[in-house]
Amino acid sequence: MLSRTASNLYWLSRYVERAECLARILDATYRLSALPQGYGSQTNEWESAIATAGSAASFNENYKEANERNVTEWLAFSPENPASIRNCLEIARANARSVRTALTGQMWDAINSAWHELHRYDPKRITREEFTRFLNFVTEASVRFDGTSFRTMLRNDAYWFSRLGFLVERADATARILDVKYHVLLPREAQVGGPLDYFQWASILRSVSARTSYHWVYRDSVKPWLVADLLILNRQMPRSLASCYENINRYLDDLAQFYGRHGQAQRLARTTTSRLENGKMEDIFQSGLHEFITQFLIDNNRVGNAIGDQYLI
Amino acid sequence: MHLTVPVRPAYQQLAHWLDTVPKDVLDYRREEAEFIFRRIGITFAVYGEAASTERLIPFDIIPRILNRGEWQKLSRGLEQRVKALNMYLHDAYNKREVLRAGVIPEDLVFGNPVFRPEMNGQQVPHDIYVMIAGIDIVRVDPDNFYVLEDNARVPSGVSYMLENREIMLRLFPELFVDHPVAPVENYADDLLATLKSVAPVTSSGEPTVVLMTPGIYNSAYYEHSFLADKLGCELVEGRDMFVKGDMLYMRTTEGPKRVDVIYRRVDDDFIDPLAFRPDSMLGVPGLMSVYQAGNVTLANAVGTGIADDKAVYSYMPDIIKFYLGEEPILKNVETWRCREPDHLKYVLDNIEKLVVKEVHGSGGYGMLIGPAADKKTIENFAAKVKASPEGFIAQPTLALSTCPTFVEEGIAPRHVDLRPFVLTGRDKTRIVPGGLTRVALSKGSLVVNSSQGGGTKDTWVLDR
Repeated sequence: MLSRTASNLYWLSRYVERAECLARILDATYRLSALPQGYGSQTNEWESAIATAGSAASFNENYKEANERNVTEWLAFSPENPASIRNCLEIARANARSVRTALTGQMWDAINSAWHELHRYDPKRITREEFTRFLNFVTEASVRFDGTSFRTMLRNDAYWFSRLGFLVERADATARILDVKYHVLLPREAQVGGPLDYFQWASILRSVSARTSYHWVYRDSVKPWLVADLLILNRQMPRSLASCYENINRYLDDLAQFYGRHGQAQRLARTTTSRLENGKMEDIFQSGLHEFITQFLIDNNRVGNAIGDQYLI
Repeated sequence: MHLTVPVRPAYQQLAHWLDTVPKDVLDYRREEAEFIFRRIGITFAVYGEAASTERLIPFDIIPRILNRGEWQKLSRGLEQRVKALNMYLHDAYNKREVLRAGVIPEDLVFGNPVFRPEMNGQQVPHDIYVMIAGIDIVRVDPDNFYVLEDNARVPSGVSYMLENREIMLRLFPELFVDHPVAPVENYADDLLATLKSVAPVTSSGEPTVVLMTPGIYNSAYYEHSFLADKLGCELVEGRDMFVKGDMLYMRTTEGPKRVDVIYRRVDDDFIDPLAFRPDSMLGVPGLMSVYQAGNVTLANAVGTGIADDKAVYSYMPDIIKFYLGEEPILKNVETWRCREPDHLKYVLDNIEKLVVKEVHGSGGYGMLIGPAADKKTIENFAAKVKASPEGFIAQPTLALSTCPTFVEEGIAPRHVDLRPFVLTGRDKTRIVPGGLTRVALSKGSLVVNSSQGGGTKDTWVLDR
């Protein structure tokens, strides 16, 4: 397969996944900011959203204040923000066009229809109710794209590169949410955190669409250390770091077997996978949740770069 | 729906069907066709139109029909013409007998900006220069086909031939029950066989064929990806390939892989910045040296432009006679070459009756349709012709044949042309029965180019 084709497939699914993550973060932020004063946290939720999306620096260059209007515009529609939802879908479709031959008809249809739909929303005149629909549309477009890939692609290198892009992005997104909110997940005396943080925990779950899953897995009320466990180590949870890496590792192995050669990407992924497989939440809290997540973001980035060097250029 | 004018015999059955089908059924199916086209992303770009970089070519749901006899004559003529084109190209870049015999003037070859001195004495596999030709055909009466234009560089439009048929099969399956329509879906297999047949002699084993595109911003990008998909070959851009030791390779996830045949949809000027335009980002540095070493085949060959410009066109009947000793089966449209003083005088005196075209223009850009133009436009154009007469030719406005077409006011006659595709390989010539029918959708218009608002139709060759 052409390296450029592999690269396009990889980034195509990364961008689709990124668009969906942004939509979920925005949705969770809306919910949180809609709570009456006193229920939410002391922090500005819109600032958190920008931090989670990883674009605080460029946001501050363009806006004076992180409020609903500015953050929504920046994360959803801004042409200045290279990773706005709109730009993610634009780039995704441009990638899809240049690898039309590597996509199945249904995958192309999914991404192409999403692109046409995207252009029906006018960011200048969008109402709050329409915006909710917009976020739904983005999530559904991503699910449809993902579903068509899963249902229709041949299980060969094209499929594996597409999966890898999606998983590396997903792991990154989960880790970023944890990175911004880690302080509310730290185990501490009940009266310090208090029930006020309950809505923060719920919001974290919502931003990875795990509100219901949590209860099925733990059959317990929302507890911060369990939220951390769900997102980091629990392999039942498809957005957890452990689940992402279980699959990254698997698809990299498939590639190595298919091409008959192991490389740096496989080695790095294996290291990260075993750290997650053998990890315990007590140890992670002990040695520092923040440090753990920071290190994970660095490692995940290294795996991404190694995939790039090994196959995509 | 009733047809207002009589139709040719091949259309009898269709005419009857159109008489009985309610208009809302046609409306509905036309909408469905447009929906499908947009969904699958068959679009083209109009240059110089930033706002709508992707547009649909209007598709007309009423097919254009030829019967077997008509097609047989046409396809014999096409084969003859493309054979002569290839012989002429080989001669022009080698012995030049055609020039010595005075069949065509030397400066049409040497003074032609698309003449490639790099090709002088250069051997190409099996002396085939034009593997893929698109010949534009019009009819003016029941008996005669005229060639309007030869396309021997990178002819496009074949994806529409194939997709239009797919759409028709999907929308009107009942029509195919009554009409024995010859299939066109084997085009991609024919193309692949043709391309493999011209692989370099140095390539070992099964040749690797790729399709080279300028990229997603090219107006025909959809077609490039469509064809690569049907051919089952990689769709490469210049940046995917590199030259090492007189060989051409593409970058793959498994390392470099040798490329043997390039079906290139990139113009000569842009294929190699070291040989041609140095500012081109679309090509592969050093590609020409690999080509000259005979280690890669380009389809079509470099330098075929000297066979298809509108000035050389006017000599085609002579070229056919010179190489094949046969009378041309397909007629040429009478053409005045403004480069010749008496022709120029005639053109300027009668410009309001003529179609005047730039010799190197294409796609309906840079032409004057005398009868449709206002005085001011005509004067301006005449001034341009006077300033550089060698850049223009003129032709009479033909009474082009029309085909029933579904337009606003119902079914009405509209002018059509036809571009069949001729594939020339080492073993044989392949022409699938059909081609791209383009239709001028505005009443009375003669311009069928998609960039000028033309549409397309499915083309049926009946097996009876």
